[in-house]
Amino acid sequence: MDLFEYQARDLFEAHGVPVLRGIVARTAEEARAAAEELGGVVVVKAQVKVGGRGKAGGVKLAKSPDEAAQHARAILGMDIKGHLVEAVMVAEGADIAEEYYFSVLLDRANRNYLAMCSLEGGVEIEQLAEERPEALVKLSLDPRTGLDEAAASEIVEKVGFAEDIADQVTNVLVKLGDVYREADATLVEVNPLVKTGDGCIIALDGKVTLDDNADFRHPDRENLMDATAIDPLELRAREKDLNYVKLDGQVGVIGNGAGLVMSTLDVVAYAGEDLPGNPKPANFLDIGGGASAQVMADGLDIILSDPQVEVVFVNVFGGITACSEVAKGIREALKQLGNRASKPIVVRLDGNAVEVGRAMLEEYDHPLVKVVETMDEAARTAAELASAAMEGK
Amino acid sequence: MAIWLDHRSKVIVQGMTGTEGRKHTNRMMMFGTRIVAGVTPGKGGQSVTFEEDPIPVYNTVREARHATGATVSCVFVPPPYAKQAVMDAIDAGIELVVVITEGIPVKDTAEFRAAAEEKGVRLIGPNCPGLISPGRSNVGIIPPNIARSGHIGLVSKSGTLTYQMMFELGDIGFSSCIGIGGDPIIGTTHIDALAAFQEDEETDCIVMIGEIGGDAEERAAEYIRKNVTKPVVAYVAGFTAPEGRTMGHAGAIVSGSSGTAQAKKVALEKAGVKVGRTPSETAQLVRGLMRTR
Repeated sequence: MDLFEYQARDLFEAHGVPVLRGIVARTAEEARAAAEELGGVVVVKAQVKVGGRGKAGGVKLAKSPDEAAQHARAILGMDIKGHLVEAVMVAEGADIAEEYYFSVLLDRANRNYLAMCSLEGGVEIEQLAEERPEALVKLSLDPRTGLDEAAASEIVEKVGFAEDIADQVTNVLVKLGDVYREADATLVEVNPLVKTGDGCIIALDGKVTLDDNADFRHPDRENLMDATAIDPLELRAREKDLNYVKLDGQVGVIGNGAGLVMSTLDVVAYAGEDLPGNPKPANFLDIGGGASAQVMADGLDIILSDPQVEVVFVNVFGGITACSEVAKGIREALKQLGNRASKPIVVRLDGNAVEVGRAMLEEYDHPLVKVVETMDEAARTAAELASAAMEGK
Repeated sequence: MAIWLDHRSKVIVQGMTGTEGRKHTNRMMMFGTRIVAGVTPGKGGQSVTFEEDPIPVYNTVREARHATGATVSCVFVPPPYAKQAVMDAIDAGIELVVVITEGIPVKDTAEFRAAAEEKGVRLIGPNCPGLISPGRSNVGIIPPNIARSGHIGLVSKSGTLTYQMMFELGDIGFSSCIGIGGDPIIGTTHIDALAAFQEDEETDCIVMIGEIGGDAEERAAEYIRKNVTKPVVAYVAGFTAPEGRTMGHAGAIVSGSSGTAQAKKVALEKAGVKVGRTPSETAQLVRGLMRTR
C-alpha cells in the first residue's frame, strides 16, 4: 500500500524524523483554518499517489489563510495524471538552503535492501540516475542489519555531506531506517531532504510503500486505507477476502491461482482481438485453492454487479481443488443469486475429479451454464458471447 | 537423476499438526515421499497418524533432524511464525527448505533468505507449491497425479500454471517440476533451476514459466544466452495486465516501463528461447522440440 504524503509525514514524525508541521484539509474552509493554525507562509500540496504534482499545479505557496483557501479550492478536484485530488496538505513554509535526496527500498534483483542518496535533491531521481549516475550514491544493505548507524555513516561519507551537518544527516538516516524496518515498508523515499537556512535537516516530502503481507503486525493500518480511491467492487471483494482487480472490459474472469488467472486474462484478450466490439477481460479474480460454494457465489456476485460484464468465464485447474467441488460451487452460487444471475457462464474445468465435475454441470443443465473443454476454446466462446452481446446493444 | 530431490530424501514437515500441514503431509505420504517427522514448537512428544503410520512430532528441527537424519524440510507454518520456523531449519543444518506458506512479510523473507545463503542452504519459496520429481518424491502441494516422469524440466513462478503445463505435457513427462513462488523475494530463482536442469542428465528440454513484475526473466534470459545449451521454451503470463495493479502475487506488478510481459518476451527471444503466447501454444512448442530430438 502506498501512503499519501501526509500519512508519510505522520509516520516520520512518530519515529522522530524531523518534519514540518502539516495539516490535511478536504475543503477550502479546512485549508483556511489549517493555514490560520500554522501561521505565516504555508504551502498547499495536493495529496495524490503520483509524482509530478508540482508541474501539474498541485503545489502552491500561500501568504495568507485566504490565499490558502483559494489555492485549496483550485487544487481540490484537480485531475493529476488520472488521480483525483480529494485532499490537500497545508504545511509550514520552509526556508530551504539546500536540497538532497534519500531513499531505502527493497532490491528485488539482489534480494536485499538498497539505500540511495545524493546531494542533488528535488529533481526526478530516475533522470539523475540516468544522466549523472556518479551523483547518486548506492549502498546495498544486509536485510539482517538494515540501515544501521554504520551504514548511515558510510552513506553520509560517500555522498560527501559537509562536516557541520554530517552527524545530523546520519541521525536522520538512521531514523528513516527505523521507519523502514518498524513499519514494514518496502520503500521510504525523501525527496527533498532539506537543509534549512538555520542549518536544520528536515524531511520535506515523503513517499512510503508498506508491505501488505505485514498488516497482521500493524493492527492500526486499517485507518491508512484510502477507501475513497478504491473501486467499490474491489472494496466489496476485499471484505469477502477475494483477490479482485477491476479492469475495463466485458468478460468477467474467475479462476484459481494468480498465474492461471493472469494467463486467462491474456487468452481472453487474444480471443477478443479480432471480434466485433473487441471484448476484453473485465476483471482479475483469484478464488485461490479449495473453492467452496460460498467463495464461488461471492465471486460470481461481485462480477455480475459490474454493469459492463456480458459473460463470465470460470477457468479452474483442479490441483488440490476437486472439480466436483467447483461444479457444486457454481450450482450453489446460481441458486443463491437467483434472478441476479443473468449472464452466460462459460466453464472450463480440468484436473482433479474433472469427469465428475463436468457430469454434474451437464446434469444440472442450467440454461446459462456452458461447459467447454479447453482453456483456449472456452476463452473463444466467452469472447464471442461478449462480442455478440455488445453488438446487440 | 532429478534435481534436488529423490526417493531417498527424508523429509520433515514444519507445521504438520495444523490443518493444511496435516492434509498435505497425508498427500505427500500417499505419493511415497519419505516423511519422517513433524515439528511444532510445544507439541513435541506427540505423534500424528496417517493411514497406519504414526509420525513423531518434535519441538525443534534440531531434535527432529537428530532423531531421523532428515535433510529436507517442508514449511506450512503460518506467516507470523514462519521466519522463526525457517531460521530453525537453517540453524539445524537442513539442506533443502521448501516454504509453502503464503503471505510472509517480505522483510522476514529477506532476512531468512540471507541466512540461508550464508549457510549454503537451498531455499525454495516462499509462497510456492514446492517441487516434484514424478514417480520419486514430492515436497509441497503439487498434485502428483497430473504427469508422469519424463525428460522435461519445469520451473515456474505460479502454482496453477505449473499444473496447467504439467497437464498439457503429461504424456511426455517431467524430470522435475519446481514452483519457485511469486513473492518479490524468493530463495531459488529461475537461474538456479536452469543451472540445475542444464547439469541434469535426465532433462532434455527446459520449460520456464514467468509472469509480470521484477526482472527475473530478463536475468534468466541473459543466463540462458551464456550458459544453457539445452532447448528452453518459455511462457510469460500477464501480457494484458495494466500498469500499477498487483495481480494476485505480491511480486506481480508492472511499474512504469519495467516488469512487462512484452519486455520479458523480447529478452528471452533474444537469448534464443521460444516464447509461447498461451499455455497451449507453449506446450505445442515443446512438443515440436521433443519431436525433432
